[in-house]
Amino acid sequence: MHELGIVTHVMKTLTDVAAENELTRIGSVTLEVGEVSGVIHEQILDCWDYMCTKRGPLFTGCKLVLEVLPAVTYCSSCEQTYPTIRFGRTCPHCGSGETWLLTGNECTIKEIEAE
Amino acid sequence: MSEIIEVKAGIEAENEKYAAEVRKLLRHHQTRLINLMASPGAGKTSLLEQTIDGLKGAYRIAVLEADVDADVDARRIEAHGAKAVQVHTGGSCHMDASMTLQALQMLNLDDYDLVFLENVGNLVCPAEFDTGADLKVMILSVPEGDDKPLKYPLMFKVTDCILVNKIDTDEIFDFDLQKLEKNVASLNENARIIPISAFTGSGVENWIVYLREKLMAWNYSCH
Repeated sequence: MHELGIVTHVMKTLTDVAAENELTRIGSVTLEVGEVSGVIHEQILDCWDYMCTKRGPLFTGCKLVLEVLPAVTYCSSCEQTYPTIRFGRTCPHCGSGETWLLTGNECTIKEIEAE
Repeated sequence: MSEIIEVKAGIEAENEKYAAEVRKLLRHHQTRLINLMASPGAGKTSLLEQTIDGLKGAYRIAVLEADVDADVDARRIEAHGAKAVQVHTGGSCHMDASMTLQALQMLNLDDYDLVFLENVGNLVCPAEFDTGADLKVMILSVPEGDDKPLKYPLMFKVTDCILVNKIDTDEIFDFDLQKLEKNVASLNENARIIPISAFTGSGVENWIVYLREKLMAWNYSCH
């Protein structure tokens, strides 16, 4: 739902990073996206390509790479972990509902390739 | 020559920065901010009208009215004697911390003890953005159904208090308060649930008591 907002925010952050590091061109950006972060890949890639044509030479032809981080839930009853997407909130090991999302909600700029 | 630069910046970092600014501004003026969230038509403005009347004389109140467009809610609030600031989100479906900061700066905060942020009617996005508020309150109205915590878990997870509005219509809509309480408990053990009817006024006094207790506890912790 906020893909365009995420894209403009990422570009703003990277414009600062480019100024600090005296970069003139960013070839690619790697975003770490959690499996349950709610980010829709197709939409964010479309928004990215569109915004790259609007943001001047720093982002011309810049590629967005999405790295998916798996969603893992921790069960505080049996102290085991399990994949969130398959089993949801209920622990498949012991049936407890006392579970917490460990990873999978991320949306982080990991690295950029630039000159 | 091309090089790889590690950035490691979360996309929420900027919002957090503004949320911290909001908190600093509020502390400086000893003003409290309550983020009120709900679906369109759940009764946010009606609840605020009742709340302003219930706290009248005790606290100086302002309301930030966030809407995609129009100022009908702001006029209703002002008719009850509170200050209203209309914030047009320009199409955005929620208020973030930087928009909240800008809206607060339009008020002379020394003149207000309590500010309500009437968020955009939406159960999804407002839950995702920390506005820097001291308290998050949501309204779930009876016609929406007791299963909403299952469909919009984040909202029910982040909120401090759930007002179940239009409780006078529960029989018509086959709404089960116990089922709702069970659905909420699986997500958020600490949420306070208060059934009210902003229309008949029933239960509103319980909400006012809850709010007064919060305000007194905050004032106490200030001194």
